Amino acid sequence: MNSFPGSSLILSSVFVLCGVLTAGGALVAVLSRRVIRSVSGLALSSVGLAGLYYFLHSPFVALMEILIYIGAVCVTIVFAVMLAEPDEPPPDEPQPGARLKTAGALLVSAAVGAAVAWVGLRAPWPGPTRTGDGSIQSLGVSLLSTYCLAFELISVVLCLAILGALVLARHGRRPPEP
Amino acid sequence: MNPLQDTLAPYLLLAAALLAAGIFGLLQRRTLIGLLIAGELILSGASLNILALNRFTAPDPAAGQVFVLFIMGLAAAEVTVALGLVLAVYRHYRSALTRTLTDLKG
Repeated sequence: MNSFPGSSLILSSVFVLCGVLTAGGALVAVLSRRVIRSVSGLALSSVGLAGLYYFLHSPFVALMEILIYIGAVCVTIVFAVMLAEPDEPPPDEPQPGARLKTAGALLVSAAVGAAVAWVGLRAPWPGPTRTGDGSIQSLGVSLLSTYCLAFELISVVLCLAILGALVLARHGRRPPEP
Repeated sequence: MNPLQDTLAPYLLLAAALLAAGIFGLLQRRTLIGLLIAGELILSGASLNILALNRFTAPDPAAGQVFVLFIMGLAAAEVTVALGLVLAVYRHYRSALTRTLTDLKG
């Protein structure tokens, strides 16, 4: 396992890099004013998350994270940015409650995050009692046997979402004048 | 001493950080697409939490992976519908700021 010198150090540094990418991308996504930078932050965060999923022995989910989040979600948001130019305007006059609102949002989110982290770190998680190996083969078998109904329902939901998005986005377009 | 990537705590801390960033974005952003991106961050935090507990404590590791795949499918569907709504709102109001959406009458 440790044939290459310093491989554990390299692994740990790659892990730290993935964590920093995830957290930093999330911060960029939330804090930047331009929407296109937010989308880039979301993509960056997804890359880091895919690395973390790989460390969690789920390579298929890591692949799907890149494929769906970066390839589909971010590209769709970029299309919407192109069509709707949704940038936040710079505040004309400093609004009186803006700073207070930011402080309140920071306080609430920090409180929720700290509470969740505290619960996660303090809870006595049980040790692993393995019954399966979590390979891609067992994933496919359980998708088509145990979770077959949920799988089909997800496909119905996706089909309905496509139809709904088409109907919503089509509404209000004028037909071309003859 | 396990290496860092084989312990549960850093994953849970990162998931909590993603949740906090998403809630901050939901409270702070003023555009519809910004709110959507913050919601995606919250869903990512939930996925990371599920996969971490799935790796370290769950009996059958396939269950959590299937669950996260379903979360991704639902997130994609949500983004599709929400962006259709954003486009419809932008055509109607010529703006995608949350402040301008004040009347209920179409």
